Amino acid sequence: MALDKIGIAKRIAQEVQDGMYINLGIGIPTLVANYIPDALDVVLQSENGLLGIGQFPTEDEVDADLINAGKQTITMRDGSVLFDSSESFAMIRGGHVDLTILGAMEVSENGDISNWKIPGKMVKGMGGAMDLVASAKNIIVAMQHTSRSGESKLLKECSLPITGLQCVRKIVTNLAVLEVQDGGGFKLLERAPGVSVDEIKEATAGKLIVEGDVAEMKID
Amino acid sequence: MINKVVKNANEAVKDVPDNAVLMLGGFGLCGIPENSIQGLLDTKVKGLTCISNNAGVDDFGIGLLLKTHQVKKMISSYVGENAEFERQLLSGELDVELIPQGTLAERVRAGGAGIPAFYTPAGFGTEVAEGKETREFDGKMYLLEKGLVADFALVKAWKGDTAGNLIFKGTARNFNPMMAAAGKITIAEVEELVPAGELNPNEIHTPGIYVQRIFEGKNYEKRIEQRTVRS
Repeated sequence: MALDKIGIAKRIAQEVQDGMYINLGIGIPTLVANYIPDALDVVLQSENGLLGIGQFPTEDEVDADLINAGKQTITMRDGSVLFDSSESFAMIRGGHVDLTILGAMEVSENGDISNWKIPGKMVKGMGGAMDLVASAKNIIVAMQHTSRSGESKLLKECSLPITGLQCVRKIVTNLAVLEVQDGGGFKLLERAPGVSVDEIKEATAGKLIVEGDVAEMKID
Repeated sequence: MINKVVKNANEAVKDVPDNAVLMLGGFGLCGIPENSIQGLLDTKVKGLTCISNNAGVDDFGIGLLLKTHQVKKMISSYVGENAEFERQLLSGELDVELIPQGTLAERVRAGGAGIPAFYTPAGFGTEVAEGKETREFDGKMYLLEKGLVADFALVKAWKGDTAGNLIFKGTARNFNPMMAAAGKITIAEVEELVPAGELNPNEIHTPGIYVQRIFEGKNYEKRIEQRTVRS
């Protein structure tokens, strides 16, 4: 069965390693924070100026001067630090953030990503996405494998305006875990429980590389 | 110490002329210069170019200045939290320039620091790069981006002193410190204004040299866009 959003978030949480500094995008990536094992010590970065995002506040703790990049009220963990926006993007641009997890509308087989604009529709802006994808060392995309109308979002080339070139490493969808290969192509690493390789082939418009038996994801 | 105190927002913004280029601090509605925005509503100044990460919401922040048609152009990274903005953009009444958030922050920082331009990888290969000089360094491609300055910077801090030194709170710092440095005239509004000497110099975020006018604001609403709580 294909994964739901929580399943995607749980699978991505398995990619997190002890000691990482991580930037989480809005949507499914934000959910990942809920499934990072307690045993791991990681620090979440919010690009509006905080390292060390804590849990959401109680009613009594709500502070209008403390929000995340999605404009949600948050708290700070012990050891947190606050800074301005240029410092925040110095961390990002300078390659100091270990892992970036973000959503996408399309990913191409050479790792290009589109996630900021649909021509003809209202344009909201790229926010920090272009800075993040241009500089992050390790980018994992969380998205549905196909659009609502059933079109593949894993393509030979992106059809929508580009956010960044050749930057995505790994993609976790409702159907599969895939790795972008040097020279192009999505290597199928894992299948969602009960989803066949043929179903994934059917849903992937770009080049899919299948080698040997493809394991099923293990999700609690 | 030079005393930079003005009475209130109306006195602080009274000489902002039509067609001025403004910077306004804030991320979403967090750390925005609420009083100075009200001051601009009162003077009814027109044709403003507003450099700000966001454009407020329909009935708060820069959204209030959009509603009164005082804004000619927005330079931002993320907009469209409000319907009036969208209407004016689609009808051609409002000009909008979208800039990656880190590039916006660094362009403002550079402007205030006397750096005319710098290279960044953000936006290479995208429509943001159209018409811009590109250059390769160590096998990676970069765009040349220019520093930004403004006629007036409107910033909001938590505490300030009569010499213009500022301390910010939480994530309300965001774009405020860089904008303070990039304004030819910087107007700082603070929640608590104290005499010079009362702030601990070790804890000041923005040195007063960047601030020309300061006042203690009033009636802060500090609206929250996404109130999210745990049970």
